[in-house]
Amino acid sequence: MRKLLNTLFVTTPNSYLALKGETIVVTAGEDHLGQVPLHNLEAICTFGYMGASPKLMHACAERNISLTFLSTSGKFLARVVGESKGNVVLRKTQYRLSDSTNESAKIARNFIFAKVANQKWILERMTRDYPMRIDVPAFKKISATLSEYLQEILMVQDLEILRGLEGQAANHYFRCFDQMILQQKDDFFFKTRNRRPPTDNINALLSLAYTLLAKDVSAALENVGLDAYVGYLHRDRPGRASLALDVMEELRGVIADRFVLKLINKKIITGKDFFAKENGAVLLTDEGREKFINAWRERKQEPLTHPYLKEKINWGLVPHAQAMLLARHLRGDLEEYPPFLWK
Amino acid sequence: MLVLVTYDVATKSTTGQKRLRKVAKTCENYGVRVQNSVFECIVDATQFKQLKLKLMDIIDSEKDSLRFYQLGTRYQSKVEHIGAKESFNVEETLIL
Repeated sequence: MRKLLNTLFVTTPNSYLALKGETIVVTAGEDHLGQVPLHNLEAICTFGYMGASPKLMHACAERNISLTFLSTSGKFLARVVGESKGNVVLRKTQYRLSDSTNESAKIARNFIFAKVANQKWILERMTRDYPMRIDVPAFKKISATLSEYLQEILMVQDLEILRGLEGQAANHYFRCFDQMILQQKDDFFFKTRNRRPPTDNINALLSLAYTLLAKDVSAALENVGLDAYVGYLHRDRPGRASLALDVMEELRGVIADRFVLKLINKKIITGKDFFAKENGAVLLTDEGREKFINAWRERKQEPLTHPYLKEKINWGLVPHAQAMLLARHLRGDLEEYPPFLWK
Repeated sequence: MLVLVTYDVATKSTTGQKRLRKVAKTCENYGVRVQNSVFECIVDATQFKQLKLKLMDIIDSEKDSLRFYQLGTRYQSKVEHIGAKESFNVEETLIL
């Protein structure tokens, strides 16, 4: 497995990114903010109104460095995509399978199966780690319900039914979500999932985590030569990276949700790190966002043994591992797509 | 791994100044300048070899000198900084 390189986050407003030799130079007006060699970078992620020189975009595309532009609130705006290199045959297979709803359902089923299985294990882990602080019987009951859904998901051949089951399972899972918040109950409470814009602290955190994860997964898919925009569970829609969202389903719980819970339960992020806008949108302050990014990067460096590959990698490489496995399945080297099943 | 690159280039002549600029530029492409003629480069074995070859091509071995210190992958405990101009590590969180 390859080495995970670093991500450069640019948050200073009005900064400009330029290429100098083999390095990226970040300046804000007259100030020189920093210079980093490109070979140390995996991705560049900017928040706010950043200028970037075409020469730099050129260099990033050539070196497969993903360059992403997010708005100040972390909403995805654009990503610079280079030439689709890699395997035409692989991409055509991807398209062919996506045209057949039958074949799509087979792959989509594995995404959803893993998503629900991972959600179940998040609940199970909570009952093991904090038996005194949460309502164990309720968790066990929902976990059992999720097990039933898992059985059903295995039988389904139809995309619509699959989506229905996913929604119901997610409903059950999110019912427990509020209980998993163990600290800072006054500032953080979960009622339902809301977005565009998120209207409470938890949803603001979840949204940002999902955006960062989606960006990582897209880049990983492009890296193995797949088209991030042609999905199986998510249908084609202009501007939506459907396949990235597909692969992300199984990682949402284990990577993003658990990360957000950790930020709150370890009091890394507090109620002071948020502010509300007039329209009800809740956003992270600059310091809050910095803490968030810092913790996100640390999380990506943490090691785990990949449940399918049995190889020691760090969490940041999980999207890459899954993209590689999906490509192997599409090529026909693997009978079925092995989703990421965490325990 | 972390490689520390330091150099001394004789700048009496204009060709020497030219060499100095070239050496600095090449080092910049591979690492972060921590002091005037000191660079910290986080590179793999191939990149290190490339860097070495490029620098050897530029310098005049009669007058200039280069030193490479290989500090390995666990270099954190081996580096200490005191005083002004604290630089950043390209393997830690990069927020600019």
